[in-house]
Parts: sequence; structure tokens; C-alpha cells
Amino acid sequence: MAEKILMKGNEAIAVSAIRNGVDGYFGYPITPQSEVMETLMKEKPWETTGMVVLQAESEVSSINMVYGGASCGKKVMTSSSSPGISLMCEGISYIAGSELPCVIVNVMRGGPGLGTIQPSQSDYTQCVKGGGHGDYHCMVLAPASAQDMYDFVDWGFELAFKYRNPVIVLADGIIGQLMEKVELRPVKPRRTEEEILRVAPWATTGKPAGRERNIITSLSLDSTTQENFNKKLLAKYESIKENEVRFSEYMTDDAEYLFVAFGCSSRICEAATDILRQEGIKAGLLRPITLFPFPEKEIARLAGQVKSIMSIELNLGQMVEDVRLAANGRCPVGFYGRQGGIVFTPEEIAGEFKKFNNLK
Amino acid sequence: MKEEIIIAGFGGQGVLSMGKILAYSAIMQDLEVTWMPSYGPEMRGGTANVCVIISDRKISSPIITTYDTAIILNQQSLDKFEKSVKSGGLLIYDPSGITRMPERTDITVCSIDAIEVAAELGNAKVYNMAVLGAYLKTKPSLKMENVVKGLEKSIPSRYKDLIEKNREAIEKGMERVKILSGK
Amino acid sequence: MDTLDIKRPENIVYRKPALITDNVMHYCPGCSHGTVHKLIAEVIEEMGIQDKTVGISPVGCSVFAYNYIDIDWQEAAHGRAPALATATKRLCPDKYVFTYQGDGDLASIGTAEIIHACSRGENIVVIFINNGIYGMTGGQMAPTTLLGMKTSTTPYGRDAKLNGFPLKITEMLAALDGTAYITRQSVHTAAAARKAKNAIRKGFEYSHLGIGLSFIEIVSTCNSGWKLSPVEANKWMVENMFAKYPLGDIKDTSIAEKK
Repeated sequence: MAEKILMKGNEAIAVSAIRNGVDGYFGYPITPQSEVMETLMKEKPWETTGMVVLQAESEVSSINMVYGGASCGKKVMTSSSSPGISLMCEGISYIAGSELPCVIVNVMRGGPGLGTIQPSQSDYTQCVKGGGHGDYHCMVLAPASAQDMYDFVDWGFELAFKYRNPVIVLADGIIGQLMEKVELRPVKPRRTEEEILRVAPWATTGKPAGRERNIITSLSLDSTTQENFNKKLLAKYESIKENEVRFSEYMTDDAEYLFVAFGCSSRICEAATDILRQEGIKAGLLRPITLFPFPEKEIARLAGQVKSIMSIELNLGQMVEDVRLAANGRCPVGFYGRQGGIVFTPEEIAGEFKKFNNLK
Repeated sequence: MKEEIIIAGFGGQGVLSMGKILAYSAIMQDLEVTWMPSYGPEMRGGTANVCVIISDRKISSPIITTYDTAIILNQQSLDKFEKSVKSGGLLIYDPSGITRMPERTDITVCSIDAIEVAAELGNAKVYNMAVLGAYLKTKPSLKMENVVKGLEKSIPSRYKDLIEKNREAIEKGMERVKILSGK
Repeated sequence: MDTLDIKRPENIVYRKPALITDNVMHYCPGCSHGTVHKLIAEVIEEMGIQDKTVGISPVGCSVFAYNYIDIDWQEAAHGRAPALATATKRLCPDKYVFTYQGDGDLASIGTAEIIHACSRGENIVVIFINNGIYGMTGGQMAPTTLLGMKTSTTPYGRDAKLNGFPLKITEMLAALDGTAYITRQSVHTAAAARKAKNAIRKGFEYSHLGIGLSFIEIVSTCNSGWKLSPVEANKWMVENMFAKYPLGDIKDTSIAEKK
């Protein structure tokens, strides 16, 4: 039986990075995710797997270290929380524009500005729609448990290299701080130099005689070249939408009402669904596991089945816009959220649900 | 079986590690657990609390506002959490940490003089284990062998000599817990 | 001498380095960039390290350095090249990693990155082109613009009260323990170019000794930005820039001392 360890979501990220053959982590301390780098530094993976761990002078620098490391075809990652992700957005745009693979973990806290260090989901728009300048998308994965934090590191790198695209693991203060049982998956060693040449023939590994020089850049001053590149990105995003959507459903088979919620909110909505079911109300839950690509087809299908949908988020209503677009008028779409680091309870959501649906 | 517990006190009383050992012991008994701390500046000398959920089923919401058990180690926490114990639930407190008695009559109230236990064992750090012992005695859902395994998992290997000390404190806590009201 | 005679090996006194590509350079006639590119290409060629070298180009006129030197390149965001170089060198310690940055890139927007790369003692080479002006965006004031110097954003000359003082970042970096070799060179004469080339070579060699960062400033001309002919620009540089930015080694930590 695989070993099961009690650990925080943040610790799971670090342990998973070491066990999944990540080559480098570059970060900067910020609450509520500092345990990621602290765990890595404590574990000293440079003495075992050879993984590089470096505390950078800023988030600006750490994401650009990721940019440099990814340019070499290495599996590199960073983690931060909301204000730090804002600083990284420049680098993320360059990474997307240079079509480089990497994993960025955002353990969200409340904003805007310095905001609060308590949990929040208010970077949905920033991370799912872009954040930095230009037409680009990161793939965005939304973990809801410490096990997800562990598993999404490896899944994130798989997607990142498959599509040569940055992947954001969009967690929140609860998932980062929550300790749960985590099953350690089999170890994956770091890639050898030969494997990197095979997986990333585009990387700056040093130009041998007999191949063109590899240039990692996001620059093209020629408009037609740039437009063609943008169209290439669009085709990539369409392919991602076609192939990589992931979601889970709870009690949706006979549901007359639907919750849509991601991350920690989805777990609280699951409990709210149980409360409503006990009262004889046929509620169900759709949890998007990928936020980009968004499970729009499944939401559209369910919008034809249920009387209403409620999007439940720890923000002022961000994902609800995508839920509305997906539902496209087939049923009313409502929203309930809390902010400032306050987390709703299952009872509170069940109550708001009944209010919205005029149920006693 | 589902048990929702809050442990609350001052930073430094070992609130978070008590929760961790409890959670690990439950894992050793093949149960599901969540351990959700209050985090941030509260850690620095202020109040600290952790919610632990133990269940034989997958746990959905880790966020809870009412508790089957509240383990209370200071007055602020008693003021804050006494009212949140579910009717029929359990409240365990350390009398040296509080200035007024719990008032609820619809719950079981227990006290544990954990400072005394720690003093007897000559180690202030095992204070929280005496409290844990009081809990394990009043809610005997975890087997002692699993608690010892939980201790072994939670304590860094360089402090392995402390395991026996902690176990002793747990056992003393189990002996010393006083059921004051309720069943 | 006819063309064939000139091409005879014994008659060759100058040739394009093999690592300089056939792309037509976009640099203005008289600009120092072309010369510095050539020196770097020669050093890489002579050291036989083309397959082990990764260059990081900046934002600025030399953003397209990757079009001219035939090695693998990363094109950084403005000021961030030392961060990319840090990760590249740490992840691929057998590589020779250098950044090529202008004064706006390195001494203005990228101060945090260069200072901390120096402070950490990253085993990389930094080539710093200081011409006291933003060339690519059309001749605005740079942190290294001299007092009184006219640019498009200091049309009446740089005024210390309004614009602050010129930044001697190279001297600042020499104070950091992580730097192994700090020098200031120029390429305005053949002799100066030879010295600059030696400095670049030393930097590349040091980067494989694990003794810290090598930083080579090249005081350069921007005759377009300065609105001078190439010859006048060289003269102006010698008379004005060298007074503020004197040439020569500032720090050369011997290996024995470092170890």
C-alpha cells in the first residue's frame, strides 16, 4: 500500500515536486504559501535528486528564473500568493508568448492590494483570463484537497510540456493550509539530458554543429508574423478546450438545481448539497477541475436539465460570468460569495440557495 | 462516525501539534481527517486554533462552525467557542487557563489540569499531550496503539526520545480528566 | 593585390568570425554593438564553446542579438536577463551563460535583478553596454546619462535637481562580495577592442571556476542618439564619458583569494 502522510496542501506541493522529478523551484516568501519553499529548503533535494531550489529577490525575479529554466527545457516551477502573482504577470505573459512549459502555484488570498492573508478565490479572472498583457491563456487547474495539490504538480507538468504552455495551479489559503491524508505516488526521476533533448528539442541546451540555433523569444516586429503566431496560439487553446476539460459531478443525475463551485468552495457546496438533499431538495454540484479550459459543454447540458444554477465563489462574482456564458440563458444563473477571507459555511450556502430559488 | 473538534488556546500551548497528532492517530486507524488551522499573525503569541475533523467517510467541507468537541485552553477561546458546541457535545478545558466556568448545561463538560501533569513529568512541552489524553479518555474512538503510531509519525526523528514522555503524559491525562457535568 | 590574393590565409588580417551570422545588422553605422558582438563571437569561437554557451539578450537595441551570434539564445523581459541567466546556469552548470544588457535595461529597470545576481555570486558573465541613452525607444535619458547631456526627455540637458545624478552602477556592483571580476572597457580603437576582448574572455573563463560573477562594462557610443557622426561620437565619448566612467579593471579577485 502506498504511504499515506498527513500534510498541508503547501507541503504536498513541495514533496510532490521532489518526487516527480522537478528540476528547479524559484520562489519568494508570501503568506499563505511560504511552507512550499520552507519544505523544499528543509528537504534539501539538491543533495538527492539534484533539484535546484532558490529564494529569489522578488516574485518578478522568481518568475523570470522560471522563464530561464523553462527555456532550457527543464521542469521548473514557482509558487506565490495573489500580490506576488500580480508581480509575476509580466513574466507569465513572456512565458506564454515564448510557448514555454512551467507550473505556477497561486495560493490565493483576499485583495485588492495587500488585502488580507485569509483565503479567497478572487484571482479567478486574473489567472483564467490572462493577468498579463496580450492574447494568451494559461491552463488553470483548481485543486480542492491536499491530495490534489500533490497530484496536480505532475499533471501540470504533463500538460505544460504537452502544449508548451504555462499551467497555473489555482489554490487558496484553505487548500494550502489544510492538512489531510496524502498518498505518495511512485517516484518519477528527473529527466536525463538525453530525455530533455527528445522532449524539448526547442530548448537552449547549447547549439551543437548540425542544428540551427534555438532562440526563445516572444518578439516579432513583423505584424503578419505576429498575427500568424496569435492564430497558432488560438489553435492551441482550441485543442486544449477540446481535449483537456476536467470536472467532477456530485448528485447531478436527477438534480433540479445546480451549484457550480471550484476549489475549497466545491467541498463546502458538497456539504450544502447534502443538507438540501436531506430536506428533499434535489440539488447537485458541478466542480470545474480545469478552469481553463472551462467545462462549458457540461454546464450547458446541465443548464437544460435544472431549474437554476448558482455559482458559489469566495469573491464578488468572477467565475459566474463564465457560468452564465455557458448556460447561455437556458436557466437563471445566480451568485453567492463571501470576501475578505471570510469563508461561507454549508448552512449559509443552503440558506442562500433557498432564498435565490424561493424555496422554504 | 464523524467527529468535529476545535482545539483553541494561546500560541505556544501546542494547540496545532496536538491537532496534528490527533489527526495522524486517526489516519493510523484508517479514518479520513482534515486539519485546518487559523493562520497568519495570530500565530505570533496571540490565539491559535485548529479544527480537526475525523470521519469514516470522505470529508467534504473542512470549514465548520459548530463542534462535537471543543478543547479550550484559554479564556478568549472559551468566550468564543463555548456557544458553538453542538447540543450533547463535549467541552474540555484547562482550569488554569480560564477565569470563569463554562455555563452550558446541555453538553458534557470536563476539566484537565494539564499544567500539573506537565509539572509532575518535569516537562512543560508535554502539556498538550495531557490535554489530548483527557480527550481520548472521554471520547474513546481512537485506539492507544494508533495514537502511539500517530505520535511516531508527528514527532521529528531527532526527538524520538520524547515519544515515551508524550505517551506518559497522554496516559496521565487520561487518569486525571474530571467529568464535571453531563453524562 | 586582387581578390584572390586578399583571400589567401597568409594575407588575411581581418575576417568575420564564424559565429557571426550572415544576417544584416540593424545597428546604426558607428554603433559599438556590432564590435562587441564580434568580440563575443570570437571569444566563444576561440574557446570552442559554441555548444556550451547560452546568451540572454535584453530589451533595447540589442534585443536582436540572437540574430547575429550563432548560439542558443533566450530573449528576456526588460531588465530581467540576470534572473534568466541565474536559473540557466544553476540548472545547467556545465554551460557558459552570459547576459548582454544596455544601461536602461541593467541600470534602471533591472537594478534588482543585477544586484542580486551579483550578490548571490552567480557564475555568469554580464556584458553591460553603457552609452548613456535609450537607443531603441528614440534617445531618452538613461540612468547613466551625463549631467548636462541632451536627450529627448532632457531636452535642456540633464539637470541633477530635476533628473538626479548619473549612476555608476559598475562601482556599486564591485562592492558586492559575489562579484569576481569587474572591469570597464571600450571599443573605440583597435587597441581598446583587443583589451575588451581579453576582458570578455577572462569573464567567460572565470564563469567556469565557480568564483562568482564577472561584469564587463563597455562604454559605448550611440551616435544616432547623441546626434553626432561616428567619428565625433568617439571623440565626445573619450572627452566626456571617460571622465565620468574611467576605463580599467575595478576588481579582479584572484582564484586563490576566493577559495
